[in-house]
Amino acid sequence: MNEWDQIIKPRRSWFDIDLRAIWRYRDLCMMYVKRNFITTYKQTILGPLWFLIAPIFTIVIYMFIFGGLAGISTEGIPQPLFYMAGILLWNYFTECFGASSNVFVSNANVFGKVWFPRLVVPISGCITALFKMGVQALLFVVIYIACSWINPDLRVNIWVLFTPVLIGMLALHAMSWGLIVSSITYKYRDLQVFIGFVLQLFMYMTPVVYPLETIPEEYKHIVMLNPLSSIFETFKYGCFNVGILDWWGLLYSFMFMLVVTTFSILIFNRAEQTFMDTV
Amino acid sequence: MKVLEFENIGKLYSLGQVGTGTLSRDLTRWWHTSVLKHDDPYMKIGETNKRYQKGNSDYVWALRDINFTVNQGDVVGIIGKNGSGKSTLLKILSRITSPTKGIIRSKGRIASLLEVGTGFHDDLTGRENIYMNGAILGMTKQEINSKLDEIVDFSGVERYIDTPVKRYSSGMKVRLGFAVAAFLEPEILLVDEVLAVGDAEFQKRAIGKMKSVSKEEGRTVLFVSHNMNSVIQLCNRGILLNEGELILEEEIGEVTAKYMGSAVSHTEFNGIDGDINSIYITKANIKSDNDLEVNYFHTSSKLTILLEVVIKKKLSGLAVGFNLLNQFGATLSRSDFNDRNNEYSLDPGRYMFEFQIPPDTLTYGRYTIKFDIGQIRKTLPLSHSDLHFEIFRSTETQGPIFMGQHPKVSSLFRGNWIKKTICLEKL
Repeated sequence: MNEWDQIIKPRRSWFDIDLRAIWRYRDLCMMYVKRNFITTYKQTILGPLWFLIAPIFTIVIYMFIFGGLAGISTEGIPQPLFYMAGILLWNYFTECFGASSNVFVSNANVFGKVWFPRLVVPISGCITALFKMGVQALLFVVIYIACSWINPDLRVNIWVLFTPVLIGMLALHAMSWGLIVSSITYKYRDLQVFIGFVLQLFMYMTPVVYPLETIPEEYKHIVMLNPLSSIFETFKYGCFNVGILDWWGLLYSFMFMLVVTTFSILIFNRAEQTFMDTV
Repeated sequence: MKVLEFENIGKLYSLGQVGTGTLSRDLTRWWHTSVLKHDDPYMKIGETNKRYQKGNSDYVWALRDINFTVNQGDVVGIIGKNGSGKSTLLKILSRITSPTKGIIRSKGRIASLLEVGTGFHDDLTGRENIYMNGAILGMTKQEINSKLDEIVDFSGVERYIDTPVKRYSSGMKVRLGFAVAAFLEPEILLVDEVLAVGDAEFQKRAIGKMKSVSKEEGRTVLFVSHNMNSVIQLCNRGILLNEGELILEEEIGEVTAKYMGSAVSHTEFNGIDGDINSIYITKANIKSDNDLEVNYFHTSSKLTILLEVVIKKKLSGLAVGFNLLNQFGATLSRSDFNDRNNEYSLDPGRYMFEFQIPPDTLTYGRYTIKFDIGQIRKTLPLSHSDLHFEIFRSTETQGPIFMGQHPKVSSLFRGNWIKKTICLEKL
């Protein structure tokens, strides 16, 4: 006779995940996006222009260090354009990763008072980052047009249409790794200390400032082990029509993403149940 | 109709510092539960939550074997001392932490007012924060849209609604937060001492809202508070927790009575207080006409104060009486044995004085009786014989309350309280 619509019990199963709840809280997700956006740029003079200033500076520095001092080839693509492509994706990756990697610690205050699907927070972080990337993509297009003025050989190919998929993959990769980190750091804070260091190293293992082509054969497979490599390579292939399209690499990256996403949601869900007693 | 059912709920907490040795402990736990399929080795050694006792175990049960059900429309007061598990209970119910064992079944949306204004961001305007806060509490954008005007109206901060909340006073933030929560319209509302914050007007409004939510809309409320008077005022049922265990689940009057019975009162004095060469008190107590009330009274009780005094030598200008003080130490009233006659001395002897405070004279609150014996303007300094007691709002009838609605209101009047003076023994 009695129909209960909510049951609270010690959740022991790893697979007891309520993904539908996230959909029910989609309005909250969008509110978080709006909040992130407003709070970052309220009371700044330049506002979202900062999205553009930062990458421009980075390009200049990369041109000086990697292009000038180290003399790393960009496969005939104008340096600013090549670096911008790498920065565009890499910034998005770090942005999503950052939004997900300290979910528990930085939201302990709110989480301690109300329940809502915790995944809403990292997801909204990735959506916020998408806007930021959108602005930077405009800069990329501007640089692209400017460069094609100088270098008429520059052209895109059909794979440029594949970009949204690449970005989705990138977001899921970043979020999953972020979730795993946040699920561990809330309890064992040691990890937080060297995350920044690992991220830095990781950038050099990803073809951000160099094309995969220039890597010596014996090291290439190490770089290709990195599931992000083929995402970056495919993006550059689509935009500049140079380099190679590595199907197996993409498939590897995709499968890797599925596994790590599933794993991260499981571990995050697990952490969600116990973290309030620990933080 | 049952809307909430607790079955064997238990919550185990680890004591001490989290982070030292937890990895090894986690590994031990994992080894026992997942690999060997044994029980969790740490769960057995959990102890009841006695915060003042040094335990043998690093784990305590903040809640243990909690079983009860709540019907629709009930307003349940959850009472108990600090650390008895009240807030843990609400935290489990609002899904902030999960129970270690047991199961809770519920029907309808549960919303908690563990703290109002959760998720407010200083840089967002009042309006934006209404949306943010509402969404966190589980409302959809549409729901908020339809209630926005009411929320703004209820909060009373209309003028500032498009100003960032960092420019708000803290009171305005609380009002805004409560307004959002008040229009959430959950089937089950959890309230944890929100009444402690905010000014008198806000408290009144909050209590009024909670009353209307339960009485008119038939919603269920779980209310945690240390303020027995607001609990009695609001709730119809009560749950008494002690050291994580459920002691009593009954009609609210009985539960508060049981709880108050264990409260700090001092209604009896036996000993010697005064000057043994001239005049001293040997016995003093305060009693109610209701035998069930031992350490506390209700506003409707008739209170009798008995004072036994030994007079060793005849004193001129004899003073035997008491001052009645409120909880803030202000004198409310004074009564003397000779209020209604002109006796200024008594022969040496042992006397019993009986004073009576008629029903519905004192409002609810905590009181102290300080006796005063000796000679007029030369009374003795007494301290041991002070009586402390608490008066609670009557559950059944609410008689006239002469001193206003608030225990803080002090009043200086002399009541007709002395009834008789009997000489028990000539010395």
